[in-house]
Amino acid sequence: MDTTIFINIVYVIAAALFIYGLKLLGHPATARQGNKLSAIAMLVAIIVTLLDQNIVSYNWIIISVLSGSAVGVYVSKKVEMTGMPELVSLFNGVGGLASAAVAIAAMVGSELTTGLATISVIALIIGAVTFSGSLVAWGKLSERISGKPIVFKSQAIANYGLIAVTVLFSALYVIFPSSITFIVLVIALALAIGVMVVLPIGGADMPVVISLLNSYSGLAACAAGFALENNLLIVAGALVGASGIILTNIMCKAMNRSLVNVLTSGFQEVVSMDIVVEGEIKPISADDAFYVLEAAQSILVIPGYGMAVAQAQHAMKELQELLENNDAEVVYGIHPVAGRMPGHMNVLLAEADVSYDLLLEMDEVNPRMENFDVAIVIGANDVVNPAARELKGSPIYGMPVINADLAKNVFVIKRSMSSGFAGVDNPLFFKDNTRMIFGDAKEVLNNIVRQFAD
Amino acid sequence: MIAIYLLFILMLAIFVGFELIQKVPATLHTPLMSGANAISGITILAALVLAGGESGEAATVLGIIGVFFATINVVGGYLVTDRMLAMFKKK
Repeated sequence: MDTTIFINIVYVIAAALFIYGLKLLGHPATARQGNKLSAIAMLVAIIVTLLDQNIVSYNWIIISVLSGSAVGVYVSKKVEMTGMPELVSLFNGVGGLASAAVAIAAMVGSELTTGLATISVIALIIGAVTFSGSLVAWGKLSERISGKPIVFKSQAIANYGLIAVTVLFSALYVIFPSSITFIVLVIALALAIGVMVVLPIGGADMPVVISLLNSYSGLAACAAGFALENNLLIVAGALVGASGIILTNIMCKAMNRSLVNVLTSGFQEVVSMDIVVEGEIKPISADDAFYVLEAAQSILVIPGYGMAVAQAQHAMKELQELLENNDAEVVYGIHPVAGRMPGHMNVLLAEADVSYDLLLEMDEVNPRMENFDVAIVIGANDVVNPAARELKGSPIYGMPVINADLAKNVFVIKRSMSSGFAGVDNPLFFKDNTRMIFGDAKEVLNNIVRQFAD
Repeated sequence: MIAIYLLFILMLAIFVGFELIQKVPATLHTPLMSGANAISGITILAALVLAGGESGEAATVLGIIGVFFATINVVGGYLVTDRMLAMFKKK
């Protein structure tokens, strides 16, 4: 049998395994199996590709596969669960870089027809934008770059100009496909676009940016598939692209904003709030909080990024067990944009050995909020802000939030009285049924746990 | 004609992707993303052919770079996803 046909038959099987693997990812009980299936598909596809008759030398392939694997194994073992947003961001960038390298290789390897030159330059641009954009996102997440939006005068106009010039030079390359100069210019411009687009986006909007770049890394592979006429690249790239777009959409909806608004809001003046939230803050000590929790029958825990920062998930799990032994029901209510990436809180709690059927979504906990004796808010702010529901004119008005204030009692564990990322005051802190427990989330929870032990 | 046939594949893959991924629960969104990282390393297939081929030195070097980075994505992505998914347990 012709090798090319054999390779492509195996590609069809690999595509089927990728799709079935994704299907298994639809439930926590089968997800691990699905990931393994997907990995097998990848392995089979790689092995069969090595049979390609165009491959004449294997030395460098072996060296780069071995060194790439070593890096991959090292980072996947070493990363902490709190660092997942940074890692996914880096992986997005690396994926973009690989696709960009492939696109450039296709462009310099032989003189391309107009059609192939067009799709190759598109693959190059998406890959390069993903790479530089992801590096900036990674810098912001790891706080190597300020998490605040970085803006300067006429930035929007500069960005549009940059995009226009990139399109111009891409067109010139397609007309003169043998010109290395135009390729180099497009690479430089695309890298600049990635940096310029992510810089003005603030830290709290990172879940949207990571999801979007995740999508781009797939689309870059997809475009490279068109350039090299490889249908498995197209299928796998499209699956990743679709996944990223769905997540981006979920994140935007959870913030009641459009994607355009998220990408450009850094340019706009912050709306000043005329509404001043007034009221009395009622602090409570960990000792007193213990008495309330001891008497509670049902408890809702609402985690936010602060829980990740304080690494408080293990202390929370300990408290959960004590409360359960005390015959109370404990569940977790997780807002889609809690944390720095989609599903961030769930992974941290899973790491602390919390059963996944206790991790409920916002829409599952809101209808039964009145029945919770205590809602414990750990390091979350904007996602439980009742201003989104009751204060017209608040910048977050209309955003779907977890209605913690409707629970019988609310404990807010917080470092200090600063406002959240959106810079909005939180009326929840002033409600009659709210008690503030000031301090490091982990210490506070450990204090309460110690009370139970006594 | 090849381009049209590839577009057909793209269109179908996008629809399958949307259908399947909409069913992934919010709990698994982080592993979904790292798993997607691994799958986007599929570029390795194209990079392998370029790295081992004879399209000139520049294309070979770029292919090798592509293989290196795509391998990081594939190996790192699948392993870290597996590590995470192993933590999701029901009691």
